Amino acid sequence: MRTLILRTIAPYLSALMMIFSVFVLLRGHNDPGGGFIGGLLAASAFAIYGIASGVASARRAMRFHPMAIAGSGLAMSVLAGLASILFGVPFMTGLWAPPIPGIGFEVSSVLFFDLGVYLVVLGAVTSIALALEERDEE
Amino acid sequence: MGTDGLSLTFIALFLPFIAAMVAPFLTQRMGHKAAWVLALVPAFLFVHFATFVGTVASGGIVTGGHDWIPSLGVDFSWLLDGLSVTFALLISGIGTFIVLYSGGYLKGHEHQGRFFSFILMFMGAMQGLVISDSFLMLFVFWELTSITSFLLIGFDHAREASRRAAMQALIVTGMGGLALLAGLLVIWSATGATSLSGLLETDGVLRESALYGLAFLLILGGAFTKSAQFPFHFWLPNAMEAPTPVSAYLHSATMVKAGVYLLMRLNPVMGETVLWETVLPLFGGATLLVGGFLAVRQSDLKLMLAYTTVASLGLLVMLTGFGSEHAIEAAVLYLIAHSLFKGALFMVAGIIDHEAGTRDVTSLGGLRKAMPITFGAALVAAISMGGLPPLFGFLAKEEIYYALGFSSIWSALFTIVAILGNALMFAIGFAVALKPFLGAEVKTPSHAHEGPPLLWLGPVVLGGASLLAAFLSPLTHRLFSMPMARAVAGEPLEIDISLIPSIGLPLLLSLVTVALGYAIYWTLGDVRQRVGAALRVIGWGPDKGFDQAVRGIVRGAHRITGLIQNGRMETYMTMTFAVIAAAFLVPLIWAGEMPSFPELPVLTLYEIVVIAIAIIGLGAVLYADDRLTAIVSLGIQGFAVALIFLLFGAPDLGFTQFMVETLSVVILALVITRLKLAKSDHRPTREKLIDVTVASLCGIGLMLALFKVTALTFDPALSVFFTEYSRSIAHGRNIVNVILVDYRGVDTMGEIAVVMAAGLAILALVRVRLGRRIMHAEMPASSKETAA
Repeated sequence: MRTLILRTIAPYLSALMMIFSVFVLLRGHNDPGGGFIGGLLAASAFAIYGIASGVASARRAMRFHPMAIAGSGLAMSVLAGLASILFGVPFMTGLWAPPIPGIGFEVSSVLFFDLGVYLVVLGAVTSIALALEERDEE
Repeated sequence: MGTDGLSLTFIALFLPFIAAMVAPFLTQRMGHKAAWVLALVPAFLFVHFATFVGTVASGGIVTGGHDWIPSLGVDFSWLLDGLSVTFALLISGIGTFIVLYSGGYLKGHEHQGRFFSFILMFMGAMQGLVISDSFLMLFVFWELTSITSFLLIGFDHAREASRRAAMQALIVTGMGGLALLAGLLVIWSATGATSLSGLLETDGVLRESALYGLAFLLILGGAFTKSAQFPFHFWLPNAMEAPTPVSAYLHSATMVKAGVYLLMRLNPVMGETVLWETVLPLFGGATLLVGGFLAVRQSDLKLMLAYTTVASLGLLVMLTGFGSEHAIEAAVLYLIAHSLFKGALFMVAGIIDHEAGTRDVTSLGGLRKAMPITFGAALVAAISMGGLPPLFGFLAKEEIYYALGFSSIWSALFTIVAILGNALMFAIGFAVALKPFLGAEVKTPSHAHEGPPLLWLGPVVLGGASLLAAFLSPLTHRLFSMPMARAVAGEPLEIDISLIPSIGLPLLLSLVTVALGYAIYWTLGDVRQRVGAALRVIGWGPDKGFDQAVRGIVRGAHRITGLIQNGRMETYMTMTFAVIAAAFLVPLIWAGEMPSFPELPVLTLYEIVVIAIAIIGLGAVLYADDRLTAIVSLGIQGFAVALIFLLFGAPDLGFTQFMVETLSVVILALVITRLKLAKSDHRPTREKLIDVTVASLCGIGLMLALFKVTALTFDPALSVFFTEYSRSIAHGRNIVNVILVDYRGVDTMGEIAVVMAAGLAILALVRVRLGRRIMHAEMPASSKETAA
């Protein structure tokens, strides 16, 4: 599967997909998108990168073990849910920061929750894909 | 009813657990001397609970607590009346000396800190159990005693016998714990009470309830397993594998008395029924005799004592259920007496074992010169156990005979049982206290000498307490026995028995008991052999039965696993999909609600094209030569479905479907290439036919279910709510995402946890093979190293 074309284009393609996945994540609250879809997109980006340039370089590009990423995502979601308790409102109540002009999305505990979903999906799916690809290389 | 304003009791509940956390570090610092510091904890508890004696003696009940789960009406509350205060004092008082004794007994043991930790945790659990008011708290502490006693019995975990005894105790008492939970729930549904104090106020409701029988059985299940009643008595002697301080504590005043405590506690609301007054005395009496006879058979000091504990527990249950005021008074007196003398005797057995190197009564003798203090303490305890004046045991025994009497055949039967049981315990008590000390000196494995004060302090103080309690009997009764009896009976009782015997039937029966006990004592060697021979003839006991039951369960589990989990992927898949098909089809056919085929709308050209793509994709799956092509073709159909979602206004769903479809094709392809399967499917037609049938049924089932669902009138309440409020409440226009992260965020949280767990599981599965290969690759290298 490692054709020259794929190998050349894969880093750019993956990078574009990663940016797109973040875009999809951030627009999710008002337009089609969100953490789950974003996470799947990002996972495919790493899967393609792994197929084209080898699992080792894909892992290097990730810096952390994908399961660690998934774990931190889960922790982030739970903490985002718990944050409301600090403000004396029930668990999982959304907290919204005052709007920041020019960034195009609203900062909120809900956004961090969605970011957690994104990281869990990214981490879990990537770790499965990479583990399978790794055996491919033996 | 007073309140416990200071909440010092709340602190007292947690103090042992805090001490348990500190104990290992303290022991690392101070060695066995840490016992002196740690014993301050139970000593403090003793003093704390002693402050309630005055209130309780004048008929007061102290309650206190905090909200725990207010929405469920569950409190963290305690109840201090005569019963719980006396129990709490026994637990903390004897506990103080047990901690000191452990300091001497396990001096220099590498895990002494751990031992202190376990025993303090157990003390905390037991303490909590007897003063709990809310049902949930009672259950939690009850289970905690099971778990901590498991740790204590299995303390010597390197020995198999220890591990087996610990497991056995945990299984038996754990099962009882579940029965107790069920029993408490039944009581709750019958009376609406969620706490003991609440239950005690519902006079007669439980007794007249239709659920009484069930509650009775379940509560008995808890109490009989914990208090080692026949036929669950076997775990108690096996638990003697534990270090002696554990036996001295668990089997004198605490663990095994928990069941008796429960029965006594519930006596006011569950007693006085035919069931209660038949079952309890019968099982108690049987336990008394079984325990007594099995005790005679033993020659190990600890085992002799263990079986007499079984017998004593039987006696207590028998008296609790006998159903007269005097029987309850007798039970109360005997419980206090037993805690004092049995604790002391176990500790004596431990000292002998520790200093002489053996605890086999047949190879001990003449230790009185070497160990005078221990001998004295043992003698006092044995006199109390034998029910002789001037010790507290005498009062208890007089009261027992006073309570039973010969007024009917029923009570005569139990009088005879009590005489026999008491005579056996008399003989064993003196065998433990006299045989090792009297007679000619016998050479013991280690040179015997008196133990350090840490060891003999406990038995001496407990013996002294027994003596004092008997001499000051009016005071003892007013402060402890009568308040306790009042709590058990549910009404004030007068106890006036003292050391001065009144001439009458009880004294006569006592004399008969002593004479019989004396005879058994002198012929003990002979009796031991006879009982041993008789048991060999029977050849089967509940202990063996326990092993057989466990083995049976394991074998049964193997068989069922072999049947269902045969390791063939095809079977699993076929079963899974067959069940899915059945889940769709069976309810539809059962209820006779087959949907009518909906009217097909007129399709536009692009809709026809999309459907055609899906059908072509499916056709390609069926006609594909090899598996890889089939999987990619399946993707075609998936993309077509995603297109349909997009066309019908569900962009999020369509988007997700695209991504999921892509990734599943990639992952499936990776898996298939790794499985090293034949390129195409070579199975016989018959097997393929089964798969085709199951697959078709699944598809048809889903289709019919969808028809049925879409035929119903759509209730737009939720959609309207979400659309209306998504912007104003949740700051988002994309309803799907708002539902996911806000409206139903907790669901999503659960789901991502599942995604994470599934990812971990798959990762582990992928690595299993890989790991094995790495191991094989490394093995030759390491074997080379060892060869070199």
